[in-house]
Amino acid sequence: MATRSEILAKAASLRALFEAQGAAVVEPPILQPAETLLDLYGEDIRARAYVTSDAMRGEQMLRPDYTLPVVQMHMAHGADPARYTYAGEVFRRQERDPNRANEYIQAGYEVFDRGDPAAADAEVFALIHGALDGLPVTAVTGDIGILMAAVAGLDTSASRKAALMRHIWRPRRFRALLDRYAGKTPMPASRAALLANDGAITAPLIGLRSLDEIETRIAALRADAAEPALSRTQVSLLLALLDVRETMPNAISQLHDLAVDMPAISDAVDRVAAREKALAARGVDTENLMFEASFGRVSMEYYDGFVFGFRAATRPDLPTIATGGRYDALTRRLGQGGEIPAVGGVMRPGLMLELEAGQ
Amino acid sequence: MTIKLGVPSKGRLMEKTFEWFAARGITLQRTGSEREYAGAVEGIDGVSLILLSAGEIPRELAAGRIHLGVTGTDLVQEKLALWDQLVAPVEELAFGHADLIIAVPQAWVDVDTLDDLDAAASAFRDKHGFRLRIATKYHRLVREFLRSTGVADYALVDSQGATEGTIKNETAEAIADITSSGETLRANHLKILSDGLILRSQATLWRSRMADMDDADRATMTALLAGLS
Repeated sequence: MATRSEILAKAASLRALFEAQGAAVVEPPILQPAETLLDLYGEDIRARAYVTSDAMRGEQMLRPDYTLPVVQMHMAHGADPARYTYAGEVFRRQERDPNRANEYIQAGYEVFDRGDPAAADAEVFALIHGALDGLPVTAVTGDIGILMAAVAGLDTSASRKAALMRHIWRPRRFRALLDRYAGKTPMPASRAALLANDGAITAPLIGLRSLDEIETRIAALRADAAEPALSRTQVSLLLALLDVRETMPNAISQLHDLAVDMPAISDAVDRVAAREKALAARGVDTENLMFEASFGRVSMEYYDGFVFGFRAATRPDLPTIATGGRYDALTRRLGQGGEIPAVGGVMRPGLMLELEAGQ
Repeated sequence: MTIKLGVPSKGRLMEKTFEWFAARGITLQRTGSEREYAGAVEGIDGVSLILLSAGEIPRELAAGRIHLGVTGTDLVQEKLALWDQLVAPVEELAFGHADLIIAVPQAWVDVDTLDDLDAAASAFRDKHGFRLRIATKYHRLVREFLRSTGVADYALVDSQGATEGTIKNETAEAIADITSSGETLRANHLKILSDGLILRSQATLWRSRMADMDDADRATMTALLAGLS
């Protein structure tokens, strides 16, 4: 096992590498206001982050990652464009697996640039790829933007699309919703009964959720019941899209084929193709780089475009060595009116040293 | 050494546990004054009785400070990560039945399933600007359940007692709590979601996987368990 000082030295060398690319070094505080994190991630973040509090500032979290404070800092007073790098501890509360580290060192690189997004994606990926050179890792890429475009392009009501969009990151509920919209699973009996009668409320109304909210939802349910089923063709296209798992050139040709019947994804597919060119221009062997359309669906919700991860080829037991992706929407949510395309990635020097030692 | 048996230190759980063991030829009793948590065991040698709060028994089992303990499935699963590696169930005692469930106001005629709860939570957040609050003391179990079933846009708020009242007091919109008959829920105008059963719990005799035993202890344990089954 690498010592803490060895890991810190490795992290510093990664940060120096990113700094040499023109990134400014940033050191966000370890304690972060809990409110922003909770607002973004909801209850899931409580399972993953350590919460503490004091009487003046209320709830604080030990930073579970750097991306959020870096985005906040940039949106408050960043240069445009800007590149940042950092290295230090992140803290992850563990509820299930005691073998997973609850504190580890991350080194990362974030790019805020309105210019060429494909080039920025390739820049981040290629830098991290280069820093992992010589280690037995395999890379996987994906693109959440394609899924979002496919959902947005479905021939169904806005409320159904919004519900599917909301659950892109929860594959099980996404699939359940899809099956119901397609008429594959019947409406729950309780809902059929509710819609069959006048929905009279006999029990006393307690709590904050008002009569108006209940009636609005009943009206929405009635409208949804009148909505025609999602066609079998559309569902099978969407499922075929989710199943794309190929080397990049093959994946792109499959995506182009799917785009013939799903024109809504055309722009997103073009972005993948442009990214492939940009990656190749940076010397990445895209012929053998994997693309999985479902990659990134169960991780953090903030990625909304390019996603990537590097796993240890020889050590499936290890967590992902490096991950990253594009998070344009996050800058919009935290930007108080502003927004900027952004992409970044983080590496775990401790795991890199463990892999080096095992060679 | 002795085999240490942890039993809830008061109330119905203690009495029912004593009855359960008595029916199997082992007499457990509190000794000393009413307020002193000391106990005695008759009917088998080499076993000592430790009286503890039911909520502390999972931790004591996991730490290996007691060999056997009686407590609810709900408390074991809530308090111990990877509980099945730390403790093993020996016998279900057929009392202390309680279901951990999710309940909402009866007036929510549009909400009967988790799918409804999820949709209502989304609309609630849009309207009120904060997440739909679920009051509970079973944070881990509820969070795991809602994650695995894909419910979003809720927040857990801590409630260590009188949880059914939190909705009326407007400190929560829904609750996740244990119920045996459902009477308290009905009295507070609440209903259980049809697929909102998180866990069925009952008083259970657990064996610690972490407690040390010498040869004599192992013989005692074998004899004890043979007499109980």
